[in-house]
Amino acid sequence: MSAEGAGASLQSGEAAASHIVRQPGHAGHAVEAQGLKRAFGRRMAVNGVDLRIHAGDCMAIFGPNGAGKTTLLRLLGGLLKPTAGSAVVGGVRLPAGDEARGAVGLIAHATMLYGALSARENVEFAARMHGVRNYRDAAAAALDKMRILNRASAPVRALSRGMQQRVAIARAIVHAPAVILLDEPFTGLDDAGASALTMLLTTLKDGGAALVLVTHNLAEGLALATHVSVMREGRFARCDERSAIDATRYQNDYRELLSHDA
Amino acid sequence: MTGSVAVGDTPGSRTRTGIAPVVDWFLVAASAAVVGTLVRAVAFTPVEMRQGPAQKIFYIHAPAAWVAFLAFGLVAISGLLYLWLRDPRLDRFAESSAEVGVVFTTVVLITGPMWGRPVWGTWWTWDARLTLTLFLWFVYAGYLVLRGAIDNQEQRARYSAVLGALGALLIPFIHLSVYLFRTLHPQPIVMKPGAPSLPGEMLVTLLIAFASFTLLYVALLRARYRLAEARGALAYQEGGDA
Amino acid sequence: MTPNALSGAWLIARKDLTIELRTRTAFLSALLFALLAIVIFYFSWDPTAVPASDLAPGVLWVIFTFSGLLGLHRSFGVEQQDRAIDGLLSAPVAREAIYLGKALANLVFVVGIQIVAIPAVALFYNVAVIPVAPALVAVALLAAVGLVAIGTLFSSMAVNTRLAELLLPMLSLPFFVPVVVPAAQATAKLLNGRPMAEVAVWLRLLGAFDIVFVAVCMLAFPFTIEE
Repeated sequence: MSAEGAGASLQSGEAAASHIVRQPGHAGHAVEAQGLKRAFGRRMAVNGVDLRIHAGDCMAIFGPNGAGKTTLLRLLGGLLKPTAGSAVVGGVRLPAGDEARGAVGLIAHATMLYGALSARENVEFAARMHGVRNYRDAAAAALDKMRILNRASAPVRALSRGMQQRVAIARAIVHAPAVILLDEPFTGLDDAGASALTMLLTTLKDGGAALVLVTHNLAEGLALATHVSVMREGRFARCDERSAIDATRYQNDYRELLSHDA
Repeated sequence: MTGSVAVGDTPGSRTRTGIAPVVDWFLVAASAAVVGTLVRAVAFTPVEMRQGPAQKIFYIHAPAAWVAFLAFGLVAISGLLYLWLRDPRLDRFAESSAEVGVVFTTVVLITGPMWGRPVWGTWWTWDARLTLTLFLWFVYAGYLVLRGAIDNQEQRARYSAVLGALGALLIPFIHLSVYLFRTLHPQPIVMKPGAPSLPGEMLVTLLIAFASFTLLYVALLRARYRLAEARGALAYQEGGDA
Repeated sequence: MTPNALSGAWLIARKDLTIELRTRTAFLSALLFALLAIVIFYFSWDPTAVPASDLAPGVLWVIFTFSGLLGLHRSFGVEQQDRAIDGLLSAPVAREAIYLGKALANLVFVVGIQIVAIPAVALFYNVAVIPVAPALVAVALLAAVGLVAIGTLFSSMAVNTRLAELLLPMLSLPFFVPVVVPAAQATAKLLNGRPMAEVAVWLRLLGAFDIVFVAVCMLAFPFTIEE
């Protein structure tokens, strides 16, 4: 798969979506959040998150269960409204109105697929819902990037969990989003799938997308990330540039941090 | 996290030694007012000529119906306010009004047949107002079952508000349907004493009954609301959803 | 070009109908239930006491509501599996369009059942529907819209609760009354050859209900799917 081919598909998708009104962001930040908070009843799941991510960056977010990582992603993805604070994601201020939503691609635990439809139908549907003009080509390209084009006509529920995950990823990127939010995307992927995903994410990063990657897998996170952070009890406990840290030391520090919470 | 739960000065709040025996004086007073009204109705109000003593059930039946519909109206309004303001207290109010309201609605549905049987010979008549009250009861029941089926406080409040508002909108349509049904299918004329044409003594008793029942509603609402508040505080302390 | 509300709704309706066409279970079960019920009601009936034209409307409309509920239930069930609803929610499509699309698919479902059930009742109960067919179709459509407007909204709520299958009928049935009563009464009048003026009053009530509740349910829908 050539970088040219991937780039071309990215461009056509982008061109189709380019007339979505985008606010001028601050100095090219693809994702910016200030004091982001989200309460459930009286529990603060996200309790004051600040972040700034440029196009082409990948921020890996590590942290124990219940830290609020999934809630943060859902906030950034527009699925939840913030209780307080502000965020601009892909040039769109949250909470996003109907027209402006869709600058984001979301990959979560659940596949968000319709089991009775084929992989191709699922991805084409997502493309059309996001207003991609040449949705058939975009869908085929996305499925091809995740190396699942050969199973594109089978109903999704007939595929293994790992293959479904690949389709879910294709679905999330088919409209060439400027920001991609990933919640433990490597779960369930075999080696081939994981390497396809890593290649895809690298290509997207190089193509100018901003990635937010929540993962338990430090190795994979550290491999892809330009920035790393640890989330605990609704806020960032630490935030570093990848180039500034030593992988082994970081992993040890992280393990120690987790053991405090256990 | 054990020990006492500090929930403020609410009567009946849990303390380390058990439930504090505090009396809700407002509720006592309201109950006394209702009892007083009933005594007046039975002993000090004239017996109606055609229907006899059974007519006196009307002094329970009509005020209870008034409260039943008032309570649901408040459920709907506080629900809509909740959707706008998102204040959990509004949801607690709605919950309390619904539970008190369904009791009054049940009273209407029980006193209806109690009145109907001796006076008109049948337990149930598809009288327009009684039918409407029956459907109100079903809407209340649906509302309470919906609340019981949702654990998450925020979702419960939101869904209940939607159902409450729609339920209030439904009532006029049910009324219209039943009214059209009855006018197009004439049924035996049913006697019902019209309120304005009641002679003086009976009208006074009726008005007193409306007032005391409304007072009882407010008292019960207040007590139930405090219970909802206490539960919410307790749930928060224990780390769960209110 | 981001889909506007109508084309978004249309896409969603098509998607739902494609899924239903593939699996077919809900539609076939609803259809089978309807046919069975029509037949069973026949045997509980004394034809010398009640003429067919009086019984048939009641049977017809009771059956529509219950078999309609079977279809309405699956409407959001399909979104709940694998959280497909999140995919819809993160797309640049108005929430109201999601409601409209799903309601449209449900409408096709209910009308599909009507297309089979009405001739079945005409056949088994020996009532003449052909002479009044146009008016009957109008009644059936107006009523279907009302059932679907309520059912789509309540289905989106019920699917997120513990007692989903029990809750949907329990919540919906009181709201179906201003649909079923006019529809059954209008059908009875039509089958008994009553003048159109008597039918029209019921149609007006149905129409008013439809307008009010489609609007209100569409407005209420975003509150049931967004947190």
